[in-house]
Amino acid sequence: MILPPWLQATASGLFCAPAGCHIDPRRPVARAVVSHAHADHARPGCGRYLATPETARLLRLRLGEAIPVQELAWGRTLVLNGVRLSFHPSGHIRGAAQVRLEHAGEVWVVTGDVKTASDPTCLPYEPVRGHGLVLESTFALPIFRWPDPAAVFADLLAWWRKNAEEDRPSLLFAYALGKSQRILASLPPDAGPVFLHGALEAPTAVYREDGVRLSAARRLAATEAPENLRGALILAPPAASESPAMRRLAAAGRAFASGWMQIRGFRRRRALEAGFVLSDHADWPGLFAVIRQSGAERVFLVHGFAEELARTLRAAGLAAEASAAEHEREEDEAPP
Amino acid sequence: MKPFARLFAELDRRRRARDQDAALSAYFRAAPPEDAAWAASLLIGRKPRQAVPTARLRRFAATAANIPDWLFAACYEQVGDLAETITLLLPEGGGLEEIPLHVWLEQRLPALHGLEEERQRRIVLETWHGLDRTARLVWNKLVTGGFRVGVSRRKVIRSLSRLSGVDEGVIDRRLLGAWSPSAEAWRALLQPADAASDAGRPYPFCLAHPLDLPLGALGEPEKWLIEWKWDGVRAQIVRRGGEALLWSRGKEGISAAFPEIRAAAELLPADCVLDGEILAWDGDRPLDFGLLQRRLGRRDPGKRLLSRIPVVWMGYDLLEEEGCDRRSLPLAARREALARRLAAAADPRLRLSPALRVTGWEEVARRRHEARGRGAEGLMLKRRDSPYAVGRPRGIWYKWKAEPYRVDAVLTYARRGHGLRAGLYTDYTFSVWDADRLVPFARAYSGLDAAEIRAVDRFIRANARERFGPVRAVKPELVFEIVFEDIRRSERHKSGVAVRFPRIARLRRDKPAEEADTVETLRALIAQKETTP
Repeated sequence: MILPPWLQATASGLFCAPAGCHIDPRRPVARAVVSHAHADHARPGCGRYLATPETARLLRLRLGEAIPVQELAWGRTLVLNGVRLSFHPSGHIRGAAQVRLEHAGEVWVVTGDVKTASDPTCLPYEPVRGHGLVLESTFALPIFRWPDPAAVFADLLAWWRKNAEEDRPSLLFAYALGKSQRILASLPPDAGPVFLHGALEAPTAVYREDGVRLSAARRLAATEAPENLRGALILAPPAASESPAMRRLAAAGRAFASGWMQIRGFRRRRALEAGFVLSDHADWPGLFAVIRQSGAERVFLVHGFAEELARTLRAAGLAAEASAAEHEREEDEAPP
Repeated sequence: MKPFARLFAELDRRRRARDQDAALSAYFRAAPPEDAAWAASLLIGRKPRQAVPTARLRRFAATAANIPDWLFAACYEQVGDLAETITLLLPEGGGLEEIPLHVWLEQRLPALHGLEEERQRRIVLETWHGLDRTARLVWNKLVTGGFRVGVSRRKVIRSLSRLSGVDEGVIDRRLLGAWSPSAEAWRALLQPADAASDAGRPYPFCLAHPLDLPLGALGEPEKWLIEWKWDGVRAQIVRRGGEALLWSRGKEGISAAFPEIRAAAELLPADCVLDGEILAWDGDRPLDFGLLQRRLGRRDPGKRLLSRIPVVWMGYDLLEEEGCDRRSLPLAARREALARRLAAAADPRLRLSPALRVTGWEEVARRRHEARGRGAEGLMLKRRDSPYAVGRPRGIWYKWKAEPYRVDAVLTYARRGHGLRAGLYTDYTFSVWDADRLVPFARAYSGLDAAEIRAVDRFIRANARERFGPVRAVKPELVFEIVFEDIRRSERHKSGVAVRFPRIARLRRDKPAEEADTVETLRALIAQKETTP
């Protein structure tokens, strides 16, 4: 086992015994350190939560106002029974943190989900030095190399504009928390009318309250007159693609914004006319940058293509190991 | 090649017919004839010969991307398309001077074929780095000979017809057979119709629709011609100007593979075009389809093969007589004319597919059960007043297959799919019990809907065991009802049987793996088939 004795991979998730806390537990535990507010990292039913202030606001939205969540500011250290714990931006979505743990003279960094590309809605990824790294490997194959987000947004606007010229709505599927707001923040203010599927409304409101500048958008009403939607951009979560409301938009051009759109088969399977390669995770070169900048010599890999990345790192002379836990992929990581 | 690559990208993305039409006609209008000809040929599904062996391409790509072979394999498994995997593994490229599509297909790619590995590698790498991703993907698909795009032949033909004003049927007919792309062929393709230049070409085949309504809804049984549905190679005999040619459906000519049928067809009095089916035949019944396939694969069959696997042509229809298109006559009249022709040729290798004498729909249903015993696949139901239509029209010709064989089998191995199913486990191996072990007997890909595919994919991920390359052993737990059209003994298969067209009928969550069928069940099906008349 590559992890230090004070950090164990258990069925409930990563457990730091001396600190008495789990990091992104998969089931209810006494004390949960939550790297970010996506559902697979933030489960309901834990005794206490620890998170960054931005994540805490999203957790309350997701799990209820009354949940016992302690906020820890960026870069501040909390000492838990001799374990020094601090949060550092991972660049994944708003509030997303890497968890730095220091114990017995050793530093381990749990990246949570990490993105090295730019994103106007959150703090940029910040390299954190450590002896060891617990790193996500959602897109850890060399086929995943993200294009420049600016170029992707230019394509997206061109697609929207072309549909608008034909008086069609543009229906863009994007994950409800993080990706949707990243898109709203990246659209030029005068690009045209934008509508949100109901599921996107609450997280978007939290972003706005936090002072993130997002394009104006209003909720897509079930009774919306079709002529209002001509030429509009409609953002909706992928899970809604088969819902009656979305089916009514038969004339709309359909597209999906996700790292999985790198693969044609995924786009074609959903019969999409466009796939925008826009991910909130690190691509293959990005993962190597994270490893290099952390200076870590031991890497423990979770999610996605963990075995593939572990084997590659071992060949490069690092100590690396893939998590054995069968991890049910959640919405923001699952291939479409 | 860039304009063609752009067309590919458009067709690949656009789902609406009118967007695809617009992309096609914009391309055909702008392209020089020698490129347009190749584009049309590729778009209707003719594949160029593979110029570089797949194993080499994989090696070149892994080296160029600086990754080990196992990692290349892992990427390929995820992408489910070799050309695309290679495209994604290399950084965005560009800068290669534009080489027209026809130059690639007529000169550059054929020149690549057969070169020694090192020289091939140099050219391939240079090309990969010189092309942008879209062009690289298309080029890879041409090099591997696996070019395909999601647009139907029909749509391409319609576009060409609109471009030229020539009737769709004429274009379709001209594209059948040995159409070889060139500027001249392109001009001839779009030329106003004239009988002389179209000699020797077959007609588009009329296809039957699967029977999807109750027999009673078809009206009076007397209005229908009932025939056996033969399982062979559908073939038109084109007898014009003293020569006879054989054409299979939309493919190349097959005259060379069946010289005895061709010789017999030359005995037909005067010009005509006939539609029928070639069958391997012995005495009064067809032989196994696998035998016919052996004949089909040989361009120049020797005497031994000719005598070991005899074939006949079973006539269904007459399309042309003495230069006149008879396709709009009623079927009954066409069949009479066909029968007269065949009687005049009087050759046992040219037969008339028998019409079943039935007195009512109940009897039709009964006769369907006899089909397998006679070596047929089921029944054909054709309206006696029907024209010989183009494509697969509803309401005039139906095929009614015999009940397929059914077996409950256990999912034991799986691998990821390709194309639309990339990344999902959709390629399954099914096994039956032989005493206390499971032996594989069929592989199937189709039959589940999207939700079921996802559920089975999840099950496989959670229950995968050993890995054999891309194949995962799966905990034997899920039982599926597998249906197939035929079954025979086979020494090449572990289970001792081979089945034809296996597919999934349904997932049987109600059945535990222990209650799946056994090898004895399969053997009994063979025995039963061999004893029925």
